[in-house]
Amino acid sequence: MEDMNIVIVGHVDHGKSTVVGRLLADTDSLPEGRLEQVRETCKRNAKPFEYAFLLDALKDEQAQGITIDAARCFFKTRLRNYMIIDAPGHVEFLKNMVTGASRAEAALLVIDAAEGIRENTRRHGYLLSMLGIRQVAVLVNKMDLVAYDRLRFEKTVQEYADFLKRIGIIPSAYIPTSGMEGDNIARHSANTPWFTGRTVLEELDHFQSSKPPVSQPFRMPVQGVYKFTRKGDNRRIIAGTIESGRLQAGEEVVFYPSGKTSRVRTLEGFNRETPQCLEAGWAAGFTLEEQIYVKRGDLVCKAGEPRPRVTSRVKVNLFWLGKEPLVPKKEYVLKLGTAKMGFRIEEIVRVLDAATLQAGKRDWVARHEVAECILKLKKAIAFDQAWELAQTGRFVIVDRYEIAGGGIVDEALEEQPAPLRERLPLRHEPGEKSVILPEERAERYNQRATLIVITGPEGVGKQTLARALEKKLFEEGKIVYFWGTGNVLSGASADLGKSANNRRPEQLRRMTEVARILLDAGVILIITAAELSPEDLAAIRTVIEAGRIETVWVGEEGGDSGYDLQIPAVNSEETAVGAVKELLQDRGVIFKAW
Amino acid sequence: MEHLEKLENTSVHILREAYASFKNLCMLWSIGKDSTVLLWLARKAFFGHVPFPLIHIDTHYKIPEMIQYRDRLALEWKLDMIYGENREALDQKQTFPDHRTTRIQCCKNLKTEPLKQVLSGAWPRHRLNHDTGKYELDRNTEPFTGVIAGIRADEEGSRSKERYFSPRDLDNTWDIGEQPPEFWNQYKTDFAPGTHIRIHPLLDWTEVDIWEYIGKEKIPVVPLYFDQGDGRRYRSLGCAPCTNPVESTAKNVGEIVAELKSGKFSRVAERSGRAQDKEDGGGLEELRKQGYM
Repeated sequence: MEDMNIVIVGHVDHGKSTVVGRLLADTDSLPEGRLEQVRETCKRNAKPFEYAFLLDALKDEQAQGITIDAARCFFKTRLRNYMIIDAPGHVEFLKNMVTGASRAEAALLVIDAAEGIRENTRRHGYLLSMLGIRQVAVLVNKMDLVAYDRLRFEKTVQEYADFLKRIGIIPSAYIPTSGMEGDNIARHSANTPWFTGRTVLEELDHFQSSKPPVSQPFRMPVQGVYKFTRKGDNRRIIAGTIESGRLQAGEEVVFYPSGKTSRVRTLEGFNRETPQCLEAGWAAGFTLEEQIYVKRGDLVCKAGEPRPRVTSRVKVNLFWLGKEPLVPKKEYVLKLGTAKMGFRIEEIVRVLDAATLQAGKRDWVARHEVAECILKLKKAIAFDQAWELAQTGRFVIVDRYEIAGGGIVDEALEEQPAPLRERLPLRHEPGEKSVILPEERAERYNQRATLIVITGPEGVGKQTLARALEKKLFEEGKIVYFWGTGNVLSGASADLGKSANNRRPEQLRRMTEVARILLDAGVILIITAAELSPEDLAAIRTVIEAGRIETVWVGEEGGDSGYDLQIPAVNSEETAVGAVKELLQDRGVIFKAW
Repeated sequence: MEHLEKLENTSVHILREAYASFKNLCMLWSIGKDSTVLLWLARKAFFGHVPFPLIHIDTHYKIPEMIQYRDRLALEWKLDMIYGENREALDQKQTFPDHRTTRIQCCKNLKTEPLKQVLSGAWPRHRLNHDTGKYELDRNTEPFTGVIAGIRADEEGSRSKERYFSPRDLDNTWDIGEQPPEFWNQYKTDFAPGTHIRIHPLLDWTEVDIWEYIGKEKIPVVPLYFDQGDGRRYRSLGCAPCTNPVESTAKNVGEIVAELKSGKFSRVAERSGRAQDKEDGGGLEELRKQGYM
């Protein structure tokens, strides 16, 4: 029997869980008494029975009538074992939808016939295409609510087909259904005599099962190198899951990015005869003829086959799931195969709204947006371009501790000399990290550590504003410090000669370093500086992440925009302080009105 | 690649990711069929070795054959075996069999609470000394930051929503709406200090898969799963007072598989013999949010 994983996606409340619940019920796939049990619970809670409750097992899901997390359920036909993943349609749970969909070989996309195409109908379609799911059937659901109107059905089909075409998906079928009434789910419906296509159940069996990429070049990311000497075992085993191709004992292997080579001595297994050949899909292990130093994160390939790409600059397509926007200058971690590598965004080429397909140029990527970016990795890694080999061309992005995005590698780029700014001797990671988390300090101090930069031309009242702001915040119990430029000049930068060429960047660097330490301590720090340019601010942001800086320009002409707040002149201390206060509240730096 | 091979390879991959990501990793072994398959898969993943300790929370209400079987395999397979318990609750008889608590509260007292405290290292752990064959107080009290458990999605609704790598906070609570994304074989293995991750390599297995795999690999299981001659056997093992045998004459794995696939149990939920699930709609979900497996 074949296996197949199917995901069911679409906008919230368009009836995904109901369709799956109905599919399980009508194919006799439920345990005895389950249907009765749900009916009984519904009766007890004075709710009408819904097939969705078979899947929305969580109390919150039943109370709110939405799916919160993807559920797995199992059923079989004569042809296959199916695992159906019911993915949430609520935009809040998009990461759960992506999680569910990334395991699937094919998808059912549900549209409410009455409500029509909505935001997530399109967004989910786009994500399916990005995740590499090519087999899609579209269900125009809740046909009972539109009196099984054929024209209504065809209009929806037409509209959605246009959209799918733009993102390269050609659905295998459009099926008019009603999960509630069971039309065209497991049985052909008398209510749609005009529909002669397959039912949902038939459509599932009609999907093609995907085969592991055995005929592609051999690729195995190294998960670990094991040597368990207990019980006298002297084998040194390279372990990992084979993503593509096949491997036999005696073959010459190449480890990337280093390019070291050796020959496979034995393939290893447990409780089975020593295998002669292993191929894509196997969690494998092998020993080497010549002991070379290899480690987790290396990509094993075979000599004589097409080589992977090895570089530290890549152009990618990514989708962002993080609560904080994706921004240049901040350091993130890329996980590709078993490799893990720090990187920054070199350029955001374009940002795309996946629901409208509108593209634009911006220097941040918000949650649930898709973007084309150039990443600059700390060191070169080995991978493939996704259109050449999907398995080793996709990645996720870790922001602090969270998986905040994912995507596919579009193009390997040439390494380039680092731009001037990056050659500044900047230190990004403190040597010893505190065990106290920034969030813990924020909670204790009831404030978020932030650098407030007040800048502008001479004589507009920057210092006056800074002092008044410090006083006000202090009186309100905040932990705040004003650090005037004079201190920088006379203290931290006292050794810099007035005429030295690098005086300004070095002075800025020192100031930023000290500021970072104070921010780590949880303080709200106010500094003033004369006419900081966008380049100066960018340099500061290479050390202090964007979310921790608020910039205030005082003066008539802000020159380049890009400041968080602009105050023409400090005529009234109270008004100016009030304006900064509002900014801080808006950005969540201070939590309560004061 | 056939069905069981696919499941096996995915689970082995997950186990190896867990081993690479956590310094203090352990695996829970309830002595039941699922966690025993999990133990077998660990031996597959690491070529005959199990490079992390196994933890058993002993409620002292387990059926005695289970404990004998546990210690026999631990010695034979050279397992780093640790058990923990809630001594205080047992001494003060704060249990269901002592008629002092409900079934749910008893699960909390004897399983959830000691599980948390033993994982964190706050309560005593007893470690098997392979030279003497006896358990000794473990002097290592480091917390475990990665915990492998053998739950399956098909067992019950809240388990069907689990991740392979599921983060728990300081109190072990499970925030279902805020689970991390998990795609393309990439899991959440980075975590803030004080939290830990539960790893679930068996999520995609069904009850039939488990038995077919036990048959295929000839994995030794507790004999209580088979009819011993009185026409009854256990379908799911737990504490003696809350787990009831089912009427069945299946005497070997083949007969169990037949019974599950086309026989009398093909449409009866596996945990129907577990009394604590029935106390409240969503009882298991509530237990699990607080740290139950």
